[in-house]
Amino acid sequence: MGCRPQIARRSPTGHPGAIRWIEPGVQRSFLGAKVDPGFRALRGPGMTVEARVRGKCGFLTRENSARVRAAGLIGGAAPAPSAGMDGEAPLLPDVFARWFAARGWRVRDHQLQCLALAAEGRSHLLIAPTGAGKTLAGFLPSLVELSSGAAGRGLHTLYVSPLKALAVDIARNLERPVSEMGLNVRIETRTGDTPAARRQRQKYAPPDILLTTPEQVALMLTHQDAPRFFGGLRAVVIDEIHSIFATRRGHLLALGLSRLRALSPALRVTGLSATVPEAARLLDFLGGDAALVRAGAGARPLVAILNSENRIPWSGHSARHALAEVYEAIRAAKMALVFVNTRAQAELTFQALWAANEDNLPIALHHGSLDVEQRRRVEAAMAKGSLRAIVATSTLDLGIDWGDVDLVIQIGAPKGASRLTQRIGRANHRMDEPSRALLVPGNRFEMLECVAAEEAIKEGALDGEAPREGALDVLAQHVTGIACSAPFNADDLYTEVVSAAPYARLSREDFDKTLEFAATGGYALKSYERFRKIVKTPEGLYRIRNAHVAQAHRMNAGVIIDAPSFTIRLARKGRGGRKLGTVEEWFVEGLAPGDTFLFAGEVLRFEGVEGTDAYVTRAPGEDPKIPSWNGGKFPLSTFLAERVRAIIDDPARWGALPEQIRDWLGVQRDVSVIPHKEEMLVETFPNNGRHYLVCYPFDGRLAHQTLGMLLTRRLERARVQPLGFVPTEYSLSVWARKDMSGLDMDALFAEDMLGDDLESWLAESVLMKRTFRDCAVIAGLIERRHPGQTKTGRQVTFSADLIYDVLKEHEPDHLLLKAAWADAARGYLDLARLQGLLTRIKGRIRHAMLDRVSPLAVPVMLEINKEMVAGEGREAMLKEASDALIAEAMGR
Amino acid sequence: MSERPFILVNGERVTLLTAGALLLGDGETLVVSDLHFEKGSHFAAKGVLLPPYDTRTTLRRIATLMKNLKPRRVISLGDAFHDGAAEARMDEEDANLLSALTGAADWLWILGNHDPEPPARFAGAVETAARIGGLLFRHEPAVPAEEGEVAGHLHPVARVRTERGAMRRRCFVTDGARLVMPAFGAYAGGLNVLDEAFAPLFAEPVAHVLGGDGVYPFWGRALVPDPGFKAAPPHGRAAASGRAG
Repeated sequence: MGCRPQIARRSPTGHPGAIRWIEPGVQRSFLGAKVDPGFRALRGPGMTVEARVRGKCGFLTRENSARVRAAGLIGGAAPAPSAGMDGEAPLLPDVFARWFAARGWRVRDHQLQCLALAAEGRSHLLIAPTGAGKTLAGFLPSLVELSSGAAGRGLHTLYVSPLKALAVDIARNLERPVSEMGLNVRIETRTGDTPAARRQRQKYAPPDILLTTPEQVALMLTHQDAPRFFGGLRAVVIDEIHSIFATRRGHLLALGLSRLRALSPALRVTGLSATVPEAARLLDFLGGDAALVRAGAGARPLVAILNSENRIPWSGHSARHALAEVYEAIRAAKMALVFVNTRAQAELTFQALWAANEDNLPIALHHGSLDVEQRRRVEAAMAKGSLRAIVATSTLDLGIDWGDVDLVIQIGAPKGASRLTQRIGRANHRMDEPSRALLVPGNRFEMLECVAAEEAIKEGALDGEAPREGALDVLAQHVTGIACSAPFNADDLYTEVVSAAPYARLSREDFDKTLEFAATGGYALKSYERFRKIVKTPEGLYRIRNAHVAQAHRMNAGVIIDAPSFTIRLARKGRGGRKLGTVEEWFVEGLAPGDTFLFAGEVLRFEGVEGTDAYVTRAPGEDPKIPSWNGGKFPLSTFLAERVRAIIDDPARWGALPEQIRDWLGVQRDVSVIPHKEEMLVETFPNNGRHYLVCYPFDGRLAHQTLGMLLTRRLERARVQPLGFVPTEYSLSVWARKDMSGLDMDALFAEDMLGDDLESWLAESVLMKRTFRDCAVIAGLIERRHPGQTKTGRQVTFSADLIYDVLKEHEPDHLLLKAAWADAARGYLDLARLQGLLTRIKGRIRHAMLDRVSPLAVPVMLEINKEMVAGEGREAMLKEASDALIAEAMGR
Repeated sequence: MSERPFILVNGERVTLLTAGALLLGDGETLVVSDLHFEKGSHFAAKGVLLPPYDTRTTLRRIATLMKNLKPRRVISLGDAFHDGAAEARMDEEDANLLSALTGAADWLWILGNHDPEPPARFAGAVETAARIGGLLFRHEPAVPAEEGEVAGHLHPVARVRTERGAMRRRCFVTDGARLVMPAFGAYAGGLNVLDEAFAPLFAEPVAHVLGGDGVYPFWGRALVPDPGFKAAPPHGRAAASGRAG
């Protein structure tokens, strides 16, 4: 009694917008009545699970497909001509048809559409849910062409994956159909791990299909024989394209594609994407006249929100209050994937589940800091089906499907409908059956966010990411790379570059500046003419100065900048010790010897640092100091934020919320204000001798943090003596010595704070230096530190900070400073979001003057002591730390 | 002149300036070390096209100090020029600025390993070492220790742990008997004070760290090594395990 999850769910027959909550009593009988397969399956036992085909190629079985067609779930169209039945598929040669038939499979509609488009040489984008045979659809045209004798004439198909491991796995999976059909097709991979000898051999004897990463494509394009190597390239397949198209790596890849098209004009590009709303942008990215192919949408996922019997916490994300119920859900499932948002949360959740694990279920942990070997072991165990649950971060968002997951549990806020949809898609890899997901909010606002996300998924609505303009540092790298390969004409290269979607709006002036930067550093006041890295030939072409410069460029290529990190090792007597994983530098620096923390599912004691190794010993049974890793935090999407505001605004919809949340909002209405969805509520109140201002923009932590920085500057000028601020995903709290209720709120939140205030804050901020360093490395101004490259103590390196200071003093408009600004605005400040927020609330601020903290303000007030933001106080910190040391030494 | 904060080195009063320069107790002698003029163009010749403004930045910083402090004498403690050809690469405007500075006070060029020859076109006396009161000025610190020595060469920086993460800054290092100055040049890099190069010089070093608005002392376990660097045997760092509090 009482230990079963109490699950809020939407009625399967309900119209959009209506949420029905199951009362505990009703629930049990509901579970008994077989109304909802998803719901029943949450209880698990007794359910029959058919054998499934694992791996990305996941075809339907013949029995399945018949059932699916009967249910009308594949497209709406007539059944596709099916290999192995009477009609011969015109696009599919015999050997393929026989192979399909022998497996009891049939070709899917979208796979045939891809074949047809490829036969015309047309680029295309395939949007398909997981389990729809997407990868095979991408390779089928190439295999068909290669089977008819195109093989052996150089590189035919280039497959690009954002993940190295994915490229390797796909290569393995692809070997099977190739060998079973007896095709004469050579498949190889090339990643950063590929030995030099094999790379060399690939150069002279290219495989038919090469599976690789965006970085390797860029690197291969710098070689002098790139025109020969890629000259006969027929197809490029880009996997998981939705995950990279809007990033710097996407920019690098887009430029690479523009180059490949120039080298092989008949090239067709196939993009493979999960279900995302940005189809138009992805088509742009593929370029040309790319066509869109959509696989059937598959069954809508069944999403439930866990409504814990325990009190929903005011703050925090760990959902510890509900973990006993999460454990029950895991117990009832065949295999559950438990997603959390940060690595620290993964550790905590894993620990808590382990403590609750009375049945000794095999539960594993998977996140980006863990050692690769360990992750591989977990993945293998998943594939074998020997695990019951895996606690994971975004490391399992993408990539190969490892197992028969039948339940996805999202702990903490989903943050965005698209992300949640993809995560849910990790369950149940047959598109005809709904994936099942359980959302577990960690606090009250997260409950609202979960409800908004659940509604969005029910409606099939998704949130998209606005693309950013192509980064100039990436362009500089590309231009240098091209110069390494062969002399180029600037006009031609410009035409080529603007054919890449992220650079479509690049002006000729900015292109020329970037070229000049790549060649000489592009300094306006002084020239390094005699030290040019890219020189002009008498014919007016640009080429790299010499082989030495080209080699230096290749060493430096790529756009991923790794944050400095430490290897976590178990200390042994003597030296060495097993590697457990890696963590960011700053985390280790926050540790003192003897501190304990959770890592890789156990409590470890920090012993000390040697070089880049952090030594630890096991400390079972000790209370861990909680690691607060920043890694893996995503901001709440604009789209979900709007939905949350709308839910709060409309008391008619509160009926669908759990009672605790209803009460919470009800009291808020009584003692303060419930803002309209277009408004922003600002509350001012005294508390413990300080004065608080809390506002609720719902625009995500990053934008709120920037707002906090700028507001405190204004409040300083208003002489209310601000003392600090704390942002959350939903609100921002600022506190001061003096009362802020008399301030003109419209003036305080006026848009012009993005002018001088921003400028003067950033001038002092370490943030700009950090982004500058990344840009300088990517653009090739300074060389990256290579992992494993040990520095002897005497070797003095110069730091990017010094260069930043000098450049800013003399040439504040330099290209690299602009690139750094663009990067900071997007990645660290979320300026676009803040701009949107300030515009939206202009003239729409509701100010409530209160005599005490309001219910809505409680969550952010509880965060205050947990995490204070490092604002402008870094200088002050130095003094404080030194004073503390002195005080200690003086025995005070 | 108002009272300046000072520390004692071998009994002599010296003021540590946040800019990374040293002012002797008489207020008339300014010391800067490791200026490394034209380091930027040196790297440019090797294909690393750093902004070519480092010499100007360094000169302007000295000019500001000289304007504010009006020293009678300026000591450059060696490695003023990054390499033998640096003087030739210096552009006209920078050369004029340096000439103006060497004309505005008595300059003493202490020779360093990067610039073993005296400058050809700039005024000033040239020495390999110089003694003023109880202090001995030379470029490279000597082992075994010589009391009262003020040297440069090592470009000390300290990495300090604060509640908001580590900060890495240039610093002075002293034990009260001798002093190593931070590099002053705009592009001069740094070497962590925990590096073994410092070990023979100091038994219990105190790093005076350059902050934005002051110079702050740190020692013992408050100093942390750079990642990737092998720290010298700890100066009693491991002994304490608790936190400042």
